[in-house]
Amino acid sequence: MLVKLNTENIVAVLIFLFFFVYPVLVDAYSVMNLAYFLSMVFLSLSLSLIWGYCGIFSFGQAVFFGISGYFYAVFTLNSGITTLTPLGLILGVLIGGVIAWILGYFMFYGGVNDVFVGLITLCLTLVLETFMGQTAGDQWMIGQVNLGGFNGINSIPSLQIGSFILTGNSFYYFVLLILLAVFIFLKWFEFSKLGIAVVAIRENRERTKLLGYNVPFIQSLVFAMGGALASLSGIFYVLWGNYITPSAFGLASATIPVVLVAAGGRKNVTAALLFTVLYYWFSQTLSASGSEYALIILGLVLIVAILFVPNGLIASLFHAGDQLFFREHSKSLLRKKGAKTL
Amino acid sequence: MEDLLYQFMNNFAFLILSAIGLAVIFGMMKIINLAHGEFIMLGAYIATLATKAGIPLLLSILLSVVGVGIFGLIVDRLIISRLYGRTLDSVVVTWGVSLVMQQGILILFGPSLETLSTPLGSISIGGSDYSLYRILLFVTAIVLLILLYLLFTKTTFGLHSRAAMQNAEIARSMGVNTNRIYSFTFSIGAALAGLTGALYAPTMAVSPTFGGGFLMPSFVTVIVGGANPLIGPSLSGGVLGVVSTGLDATWGTFFGRLGLLVVAILVIRIMPLGFSGLVEKLSVRKSRG
Repeated sequence: MLVKLNTENIVAVLIFLFFFVYPVLVDAYSVMNLAYFLSMVFLSLSLSLIWGYCGIFSFGQAVFFGISGYFYAVFTLNSGITTLTPLGLILGVLIGGVIAWILGYFMFYGGVNDVFVGLITLCLTLVLETFMGQTAGDQWMIGQVNLGGFNGINSIPSLQIGSFILTGNSFYYFVLLILLAVFIFLKWFEFSKLGIAVVAIRENRERTKLLGYNVPFIQSLVFAMGGALASLSGIFYVLWGNYITPSAFGLASATIPVVLVAAGGRKNVTAALLFTVLYYWFSQTLSASGSEYALIILGLVLIVAILFVPNGLIASLFHAGDQLFFREHSKSLLRKKGAKTL
Repeated sequence: MEDLLYQFMNNFAFLILSAIGLAVIFGMMKIINLAHGEFIMLGAYIATLATKAGIPLLLSILLSVVGVGIFGLIVDRLIISRLYGRTLDSVVVTWGVSLVMQQGILILFGPSLETLSTPLGSISIGGSDYSLYRILLFVTAIVLLILLYLLFTKTTFGLHSRAAMQNAEIARSMGVNTNRIYSFTFSIGAALAGLTGALYAPTMAVSPTFGGGFLMPSFVTVIVGGANPLIGPSLSGGVLGVVSTGLDATWGTFFGRLGLLVVAILVIRIMPLGFSGLVEKLSVRKSRG
């Protein structure tokens, strides 16, 4: 992979450097807050991958988030052996990926595309939330675990590797390292052989098919990868708070990643990362300040962002930075991508 | 039997009334209005507050139709008119609108309003009581569908809007001002949402999250119905009404709701264009002989 010197990559390096030194600068509470924000970044990245790279619009990332979160809870609470928790994490991610693949198989091989994928996944989100919401009562036990309806599941064990329990700073660094790995993978993937085919599908599905690519196969594969990433997010969320409730993947939670990725810049993973962290930080600071105008400001920001910078707030800033500091470079890039961007 | 019929009328009216505004906007403009629930909520607020102020209920309902219609027009002129044809961006923007509206109402009027009592009382058929108001809602839903049918088939506006829906470019080159049609359509969709809110305001608790209960049924009805704002909702309202009534009666409301969603997923899988697509295909086949 060729690392280019442009605003986006510099910002990405700076962000990760900042994340790595962050626990030194602040107290434990702020570190755990950031760990939560970073867990939610995986959800945005999963959508960035399938929507930004492949053009599959999904409302259903929260479904995989929820399924894997519940799976991890049920698995670890039933096994009762804390050293098995890493297995719960791995299996949860795999199951999320497989379910996404099955769903993708039915949709993409059946010729369901564009906005209809969004609508199907929206329905699935609603099904799952409705279903989990009514699982209060003794008939909804899996092994020894009660699914708990709207109250969800509590006191889910933290991740334990050997005899080392990941909490506080160690959990934070664990999430951060995996985030870094996923981030580098996504940056590499964009320009890999498969990644270029994926972008081709986004730009023109029909043409890609005529060039001999198996479009439904690639779409299902990318959708499965997105599902696995969303699952990772769900399990990290569970590990962070040791609880999960159906509202974690309700309609509002399902919409937030869409909004974040669209407003940040959907074709750009750094933008999705940065905007997600900024959003959660901003909304938490506002709600902690007790201001009832927080949601109004948030809504207005989203409206203005889409109206005036349709390519995404952060992505447009990156572009402006390129123009300012790397003028020649960005010009040649523009010429290369001319047909796409203009 | 009367019980089932009454339940069906109830479900059908709820599905049609909650979906019709969304269906008009989505079908005509390809805009997905996530603020639909909040438009309904606004209608309920206007109707409730007006009735509290001593205005007769019928007049307050009219007031909220006009009020939300005008509000829709303002939202369209300020925001939506810049997004014609950008379906996915409209999702994000209207979600922003819904956030602002919900929180705005919460700040202005607090967490809930005193609910109006359901008017008209009930009638007794075969030993069981049925709310007359709810039967009237069913009649209203039917009348609304007929009125919309007349609007879209018998007026110049209807002709122009159908032309804009089929091919906006050609409609424009024939001298149809498509932007004005879209504005008007959005305003009608909003007014219909306002009507729904006003009609249901006396039957449930009015709060800033009032619209939330309408969102799921309305989306499912529009998904199953497809793009056509008339054929779609009427057919899918009928089918989904039967499904949810049947499931409600046998297994309870939860399975009724779940059944709706499962039907929606199956329908998209089998016919991605919904009932409208099916009807279109059949009529094409028929005309080819």
